[in-house]
Amino acid sequence: MFKIIMISYYLISAFIAAMVFWNFWLEKKKVDRMILYLLVLVPLILRLLRIK
Amino acid sequence: MMRIKIILLIFLAIFLTISGFQLYQHRHYQLPIVAGPGVTRVVKLSHYLPALQGTMADTWVFFLEGKEQGGKVLILGNTHANEPEGMLATLVMIENGQVDRGTVIIIPQFNHSASRATRPGDGYPLFFEIPTGWGKKKFRMGNREASPLDQWPDPDVYIHYPERQLLSFLDARNVNRTWPGRPNGLPMEQVTYAAMELIRQEKVDLVIDIHGAETMFPVTNCIVAPEKSAKLATMVSLTVKAMEKFDNHVEPSPPKFRGLSHREIGDYSEAMPFLLEAPIPFLDQPTGPKTEKLLLDGRDPFLLRLARKNKLFVPYDETGWPIEKRVGQHLSVTLEILRQYSRRSPERSIILHHVPRYAEVVEKGVGFYFTDPSTVPPDRIYFN
Repeated sequence: MFKIIMISYYLISAFIAAMVFWNFWLEKKKVDRMILYLLVLVPLILRLLRIK
Repeated sequence: MMRIKIILLIFLAIFLTISGFQLYQHRHYQLPIVAGPGVTRVVKLSHYLPALQGTMADTWVFFLEGKEQGGKVLILGNTHANEPEGMLATLVMIENGQVDRGTVIIIPQFNHSASRATRPGDGYPLFFEIPTGWGKKKFRMGNREASPLDQWPDPDVYIHYPERQLLSFLDARNVNRTWPGRPNGLPMEQVTYAAMELIRQEKVDLVIDIHGAETMFPVTNCIVAPEKSAKLATMVSLTVKAMEKFDNHVEPSPPKFRGLSHREIGDYSEAMPFLLEAPIPFLDQPTGPKTEKLLLDGRDPFLLRLARKNKLFVPYDETGWPIEKRVGQHLSVTLEILRQYSRRSPERSIILHHVPRYAEVVEKGVGFYFTDPSTVPPDRIYFN
């Protein structure tokens, strides 16, 4: 049961990371928003790569 | 705009590579543990609960068995992997100890997952080094709780099993809140359950769990003992005070605070538990930067000011609380527990030799007692 919950959290993290990156890619004007999207991505990527 | 996006992505990649590489190195660094002449058998903790096999929660268990039958003691280090004096004291015993009678069982990195986690937000150093006669021995600096990579997500509230007391969400990853554990629970509950199985199957008489605590925390520089261990702990405290001139008072284990080793081991097995605390200034909040130097020498100007205002629970001066004092105290108190127990129960006595006491460790340093792994046959080295 615990492993199923853990795997589902990884899937949720991957989904959120994909959405954030998609928003970054769609942003056409504001550089500050692009930077914010990338900052939000950092912990998600580190977790998905199982580094931190 | 596309050019800006590409530049930003390159910056992100550089940032992730630099930070990620350091964190990756920390998580995958292998500490060589030298099995000294007294080590007769080494198993994994998963021997007592196969569910742990192949996980980061599994860890080495060292047996030092005497020729004569006697009592048995289990000694735990790194229950909290950011209190390294416990691990260092157990490693000194593993490398140097020899048992004449009874059995000494040692788990130097009880929360193995926590030893591979860190607190970058608190500025913890990733590693620390102990000088020895043959160079420096490098250790991972761990965290109090297991890594979220090994147990995630955290619950909103941790409900202790089996007492159902509500504890902090973080305590789900703290092996000093998950005793006595359960075989099908969270990984940290499995770790404590495996240790309980070890205690029950090996018929362990004594359990000594070695920690460090803040100088501003009242439960520091002490032996925490439940009712069944209190008399022995009091004798030990008085003896080290009289013979070795250091203070180590006795704190009663609170019966209503669940999940702690000094409470649950006593309640759920025949063993007598003891939890040892030595002051570790590194863990105090109002200090300067959390450097390797502060971790090892325990000297901090802010704590010195607080000591002058009587805000600390231990004596504190310019000499700080160096690692030699902390490890030395733990070794002396452990040896004294064994001596007092052996006097009280001669048929279950445990005789451990060649482990230094407080004064020797303070004089020679901790590193003096570590062997160069390159001079030891490979089958006597265990990587954790």
